[in-house]
Amino acid sequence: MAVLEDVTSPPATGLRPRGVSRRERWQRRLPLLPALIYTIVVTQVPFLVTLWYSFQSYFWNEPGSAHWAGVSNYKEVFTDPNFRSALVRSVTMTAIAVIVAMFLGVLLAILLDRKFYGRGVVRTLIITPFLVMPAAAALIWSGPMLDPSFGLLNWLLQPFGVHHVAWLTTHAYGSVIVVMIWQWTPFMTLIVLAGLQGQAQDILEAAKVDGASAWATFRELTLPHLRPYIELGILLGSIYLVTAFDQVRLMTNGGPGTSTTTLPFYLYQKVNFAFDIGGAAAAGVVTVILTIIVASFALRMFARVFQFEDA
Amino acid sequence: MTAITAADAPARTPRQSRRARELSGQVGWTVLGWVVGIAFFIPVLWMVITAFKPESAAETWPPQFTFSPTLSEFRLVWGGMGPFIEHSAIATAGSTVLVLVLALPAAYALSIRPVGKWRDSLFFFISTKMLPVVAAIGPLYVIALKSHLLDSIWLLIILYAAMNLPLAIWMIRSFMLEVPGEMLEAARLDGAGRIREIVEVIMPVVTPGLVSTALICVIFAWNELFLALNLTVTNAATMPMFLISSVPQEGLYIAHLSAAATVASVPVIIVGWIAQRSLVRGLSMGAIK
Amino acid sequence: MSSSRFRKRKLAVAGCVAAVVMTAAACSSGGTTASNANSNTGTVTVAVVSNPLITGQMIPLTQSVFEKENPGITVKFATYTEGDLRAAIEKDVSTHSNSFNVVMIGPYEAPLFAKNGWLVDLTKQYVASDPSYDASDLLPPVAKALSYNGDLYAAPFYGESSMLYYNKTLLAKAGVTMPAHPTWTQVAAAAAKANQPGKVAGICLRGLAGWGDNMAALDTVINTFGGEWYNQSWQAQLTSPAVTQAVNFYVNLVKSYGEPGASNDSFNQLLTLYGQGKCAMWYDATVAATSIASEFPAVYAQTGYAFAPTDKTSSSGWLWSWALGIPQGVSDQGAAWKFLSWATSKQYDTLVAQKYGWSAVPPGTRTSLYSNPDYTTAASAFAGITLQSIDSTDPDHPTVNPVPYVGIQYVDIPQFETLGLTVGQQIAGAIAGTESVSQALQAAQSAASAYTPQELSGSN
Repeated sequence: MAVLEDVTSPPATGLRPRGVSRRERWQRRLPLLPALIYTIVVTQVPFLVTLWYSFQSYFWNEPGSAHWAGVSNYKEVFTDPNFRSALVRSVTMTAIAVIVAMFLGVLLAILLDRKFYGRGVVRTLIITPFLVMPAAAALIWSGPMLDPSFGLLNWLLQPFGVHHVAWLTTHAYGSVIVVMIWQWTPFMTLIVLAGLQGQAQDILEAAKVDGASAWATFRELTLPHLRPYIELGILLGSIYLVTAFDQVRLMTNGGPGTSTTTLPFYLYQKVNFAFDIGGAAAAGVVTVILTIIVASFALRMFARVFQFEDA
Repeated sequence: MTAITAADAPARTPRQSRRARELSGQVGWTVLGWVVGIAFFIPVLWMVITAFKPESAAETWPPQFTFSPTLSEFRLVWGGMGPFIEHSAIATAGSTVLVLVLALPAAYALSIRPVGKWRDSLFFFISTKMLPVVAAIGPLYVIALKSHLLDSIWLLIILYAAMNLPLAIWMIRSFMLEVPGEMLEAARLDGAGRIREIVEVIMPVVTPGLVSTALICVIFAWNELFLALNLTVTNAATMPMFLISSVPQEGLYIAHLSAAATVASVPVIIVGWIAQRSLVRGLSMGAIK
Repeated sequence: MSSSRFRKRKLAVAGCVAAVVMTAAACSSGGTTASNANSNTGTVTVAVVSNPLITGQMIPLTQSVFEKENPGITVKFATYTEGDLRAAIEKDVSTHSNSFNVVMIGPYEAPLFAKNGWLVDLTKQYVASDPSYDASDLLPPVAKALSYNGDLYAAPFYGESSMLYYNKTLLAKAGVTMPAHPTWTQVAAAAAKANQPGKVAGICLRGLAGWGDNMAALDTVINTFGGEWYNQSWQAQLTSPAVTQAVNFYVNLVKSYGEPGASNDSFNQLLTLYGQGKCAMWYDATVAATSIASEFPAVYAQTGYAFAPTDKTSSSGWLWSWALGIPQGVSDQGAAWKFLSWATSKQYDTLVAQKYGWSAVPPGTRTSLYSNPDYTTAASAFAGITLQSIDSTDPDHPTVNPVPYVGIQYVDIPQFETLGLTVGQQIAGAIAGTESVSQALQAAQSAASAYTPQELSGSN
């Protein structure tokens, strides 16, 4: 792959892969094989089958009906406005959630980097949302927190003039994103915090002695140091959030209308409610192709992270 | 310092005012820290509080903060969750063990004694993480049905392991990269073969990393919903499925749901709290020493 | 050499893991063989809807009574909300996954599944040889709706129509009296008067997206306003004047005098709201009366009942029944029938009465229940109107104009599973205000027109 030319250094342990005997090379490959074969079988075989089904017209609720359909499923995918809007929604929701979570993560990391009373406890409180089962979080937010008749949030916001807002009706899109952000900010915080704590203190001291303001120090010294950590957080967060399913399914079921239907939810409905296996397979294949395109950009970023790691 | 007369002496010395600034700064940070911490924690706190309410006190306006706590919802949850929590435990433990068994040698083959194309292999593993399993869920159902694995705990073990494997390989690999080159050199000069190299040099350094990796795998496997929802029915239904079934079509359910959500989340929360440092190491991929 | 030992060990581990996985896969359950239809042992896995009559009665009674009387049979329940239940059952039955040996379905699925050969013919297999079951006692409209070619394919657990509940105290305060057979116009006027914004909704109506949720209520309004889904030539009619008028009426009624957040509400939420005195009126299933009686006794005492409001027709209530059927090809069919016949028998009704009182008995299935003085006294408030509502339904002729399909609050074609959901989502969007009614109906019309008349009628 072209991106790999960026990665220059071999692993740090100095046992170079080049110039070893043939036997040695096979001995080195062997430990890798179980994981490699396992991954290939369990991940690639289903996709081959998906590819096969994408060319079939196959509906579970029509008995005995699977037959060759050529590219008609693909034609449907490209002309289906629901697929397009689900795709756009997935991308925008993920982007917003990841960016806001990272922004908050940086702020929280700065906070947790200061010494103050009970810092350990506060850190424990802050990482808890990430540990809560996403299904539990989605159900608790949709019921006890956001319900228009008895939800806690409406009660907390009453002094600010908020009256019995039906969050999951009028602000469904935002509510789902808020829950995603709530669950992933701790993740971002921890990554950035590790970066902050890895900063060389003497450089910061020198800057202070030189009379640099806190903001200037942050901008010129800390932020560049944090960049690989931020990129790592954004990358991993995006990978997980773009396939996020629990919040949409359990808070809004894709609605109202289809205003919160993301791509995973669209595919889920196509399989389980429309029983359109061929159509879902075609949509899935298109999704995979799009993901590959995006992933090759993402892998460039990975390469840079590796560079940093091996430095 | 020049002499200061009483008339023009400042209210405090510069050193004292710096202390005062530091102190008020720290008070400020403390207040801010606690406000933020509590704000993030409120939904979880509310979940736990509501779990102790009787149903009649759970859907009220304004929300009730004083009530007579009861364990009745927990008792109902306890009675109903048996098979679900069992399946979750087996799927989580089984898949984590499988992941470690596969990832350890693979990480070794990508770090300490690397194969020729280690970059390609690494990127291949990571690329499978980026491929959405949602795309294949229909065919996956058919494959599972035909291989008699539908609604079977083994299916979950297999799929969860595949789900966590790329992450585990990457994490363990980065922990293995921390093994000091000198120790490996010394062991080799000593005439140690691979086994001794692994047992005596690598494992002691890598073991904390293995714990973090296992922790991350446990979190993701325990919390997984999508595959369980699509591919299990009764014989392998996990805790997330139990949660969904706590939202009935009719009747009051908020307290019961909160109790179920609490019970479902508590194991991972407790483990995460205790192993915080391990979690941080794991999440930052050991890229941060 | 140590390295070759190392390699062998790795191979051995990998081989062991693979072997264990393969063996376990081969041995684990999943596929089944259709087994002896007359055994009295086995495991019965039942897919049911999550509903107080089931979670609060059927499941506990199964554990405390049925399993004790039948020690060789274990019963496992999988509970779902309505939309998920349908999806899970159809997925299971159509792919022959055989995860459930008893499925809870209704008049929509029963004829369709029977036509596809997916259900066991209960009449031929069991009922004909088991007179104690007394299938002739079943309420005729309900039994007919669950039959195909004259044979019963699902045994009703409870049956329902729809009616209007009203809080007499709240209506009296607003100066409204409710006739026994109201029109929708009268109901809308009453809702306007009884509505207290922020405190009490004039009328609570379903808005949650789903053909068994908001579309059930809306379909009855469409029917009585003179609209239909398809005309005799299978052309979609969702933008016709009658349908447009009906949908506008319903959506505006909900938005003006309905509960806040209606697009998330179905039976569950509305039962709570009504029971807490937050709805002056509530249009929903007749079976709600049973739940109001047991869960909200204070409001139950203030509740009055009226027939489903009409416009151009003399009746408009829907017809539904949650019934139990056995998919073809599952194992332990004998045990499945044992459970199924127990749960839908007269003896089961008596059991419920003993434990929970006569007014809690699952309504709408057997004629004998409605001639039982114990029941008619205990449930005097709603038994009569329930029976009359069910009797006045005619799924074969649900609309003003003739239509080529069967079904009052659904269209009994396979495509309706997804079409009903799609349209329901659009309507929920209109109720939430994220789109206008005409946009919703346009989208609904194009979804309904996506099928050719051949496709639609071929399935009939």
